Amino acid sequence: MRVFLNFLAGLIFGIGLIASGMADPSKVLNFLDFTGTWDPSLAFVMAGAIAVTSVGYALVQRRAKPVLENQFQIPAKWPVDARLVLGSAMFGLGWGLGGFCPGPAITALPLAAPGTLVFVPAMGIGIAAAVHLLRRSPTTTDG
Amino acid sequence: MVITNFTPLQSAAGGALIGLSAVLLLLFSGRIAGIIGILRRALLPAAGSRPLEAAAFLGGLIAAPLLWPPLTGEAVRQTVSSNLPLVAVAGLLVGFGSVWANGCTSGHGVCGLSRFSIRSLVATLTFMAVAIATVFITRHVLGS
Repeated sequence: MRVFLNFLAGLIFGIGLIASGMADPSKVLNFLDFTGTWDPSLAFVMAGAIAVTSVGYALVQRRAKPVLENQFQIPAKWPVDARLVLGSAMFGLGWGLGGFCPGPAITALPLAAPGTLVFVPAMGIGIAAAVHLLRRSPTTTDG
Repeated sequence: MVITNFTPLQSAAGGALIGLSAVLLLLFSGRIAGIIGILRRALLPAAGSRPLEAAAFLGGLIAAPLLWPPLTGEAVRQTVSSNLPLVAVAGLLVGFGSVWANGCTSGHGVCGLSRFSIRSLVATLTFMAVAIATVFITRHVLGS
């Protein structure tokens, strides 16, 4: 049941990425290109996602615990530290160069574009390197 | 450079599906739908990370483009850069940076902002600003 529901949530997420255009790196790069071929669509992705998530999260968090687990695993909202800002800046640089963030890159795998087949293993190496360094000082994750 | 059409309705509807997925995951599993966290749980499991469940979520992401054409009668529209060295650097930065920041577009940008996290607000403003600056420099200063 847990595995199936995770698959279903991943499938809905992936369909959402494709339907919204977020799975297309050229659309992402055009969203980021204010002074050129600007395509504001992705602001609508964020607005649609946050509208549903903020209301849904507020309702779900009235529960004492999730349906299938004993407790929620919600990351801390505070404090802001240098690691958060540095990591976000590195992520933004990579996102601006390739137009891919992690979800769309995984969703793009079956289409097997050469760029995707290079991006995803490189992302895996980046993840492994960061986790290796962080395991010296374990912390929680925001997602 | 590929011109893309402005698609407010499809984009908002797709965003709503992403939100639905995030709400379902919190309701059933009590977890945030952050893709980098899910990838990390699947690839480099630690105690309590439930790698099988994380892998099932990733399996759902991978199934989506396979089911999209029969469901909608349309091909998945996508243009990926063919500059492979650039794409490799981008992948390294995205993987390292989002683990370092404890979240990416989904974990901070969607889930974090939806629960009014200050950390996620700072993360989202930072990665958006850097990504916009990066595209400005690569397209309009260097002219690639």
